[in-house]
Amino acid sequence: MTDQTENQDGQGLLWEVFVQSKPGIPHKHAGSVHAHDAEMALKAARDVYTRRREGTSIWVVPSNMISATTEADAESFFDPADDKAYRHPTFYTIPDGVKYL
Amino acid sequence: MNKEEALFKYLIRLGDNALILGQRLGEWCGHAHQLESDIALTNVALDNVGQARMLLTKAGEIEGKERTEDDLAFHRNEFEFRNNLLLEQPNGDFGQTIMRQFLFDVFQFHFLNELKKSKNDFLQSFAVKSLKEVSYHRGLSSDWVIRLGDGTDKSHNKMQNALDALWEYTGELFEMNEVDELLIKEDMVPDLSELKPKWEEEVKAILNEATLTIPDTKGYMATGSRDGHHTEHLGYILAEMQYLPRMMPDAKW
Repeated sequence: MTDQTENQDGQGLLWEVFVQSKPGIPHKHAGSVHAHDAEMALKAARDVYTRRREGTSIWVVPSNMISATTEADAESFFDPADDKAYRHPTFYTIPDGVKYL
Repeated sequence: MNKEEALFKYLIRLGDNALILGQRLGEWCGHAHQLESDIALTNVALDNVGQARMLLTKAGEIEGKERTEDDLAFHRNEFEFRNNLLLEQPNGDFGQTIMRQFLFDVFQFHFLNELKKSKNDFLQSFAVKSLKEVSYHRGLSSDWVIRLGDGTDKSHNKMQNALDALWEYTGELFEMNEVDELLIKEDMVPDLSELKPKWEEEVKAILNEATLTIPDTKGYMATGSRDGHHTEHLGYILAEMQYLPRMMPDAKW
């Protein structure tokens, strides 16, 4: 890890936690934990977010490494998709074997 | 002593270890330095309470006097408890709790690995199930020992103080008596003297990495729990743990 081991409250960096609940489906954001490095963050995430068998795999990412859109971006980013119904693949029948589409 | 009596005593020994450690760790609930550690410690506590329930329930069955897990947990006195002295030692600061956990986790890990070979079905399946839990506990406590021991001056000193305070309670983990003798002959339990070198090797390696020094006790090691002699701390634990069921013996959830 780099020198990003401490923030001001002394509890370590903030990490975002992504948990995969079943093999094959995407990791989903579960919440965040404090930790001083990735290994510790994985352990903390295991204890905080998978106590009730929620997980088969965990990702942790330093929160400060995530870039996000802002509210000001919303109009230009998302509104143009509003009137383009043809982008939804509703004209296909989904084979029975496909579970998590 | 016959085989059943020996097995009962052995189950009580294992069950009391899990129960007292679980109770001690439970004291941290809501008090750790951060939410993540609070949940981690209470997770370990719950694993231990779960193990205690299995062991004491089975002990009651083997004994055949219709004592339940609750009878055994809440209606025995200090001198009837057989948990190792290490586990009743106070939580102290987070470092001391972690050091106690580390010294025991490494023991328990190697112990359960051997217990997996038991000819007794219950002990065998108990070992398989608990080993998964204890493997995680061992990773967690080893990690913290290294992190804090090889951390700042302050954290290093706290960990060294914890090791100095607890080391003399580790010799007792390997003590054996006629209960062991009888059950070893039946291939039901491991010979603890054979575990000691493995424990020492791993503990020394981790402590070395953590830049901590094993104190010189000049050969002294505390002893007593195999015969029900405890430190003054156990009475206070039992007072808190047993108060309600003794005040209201028929209380139900």
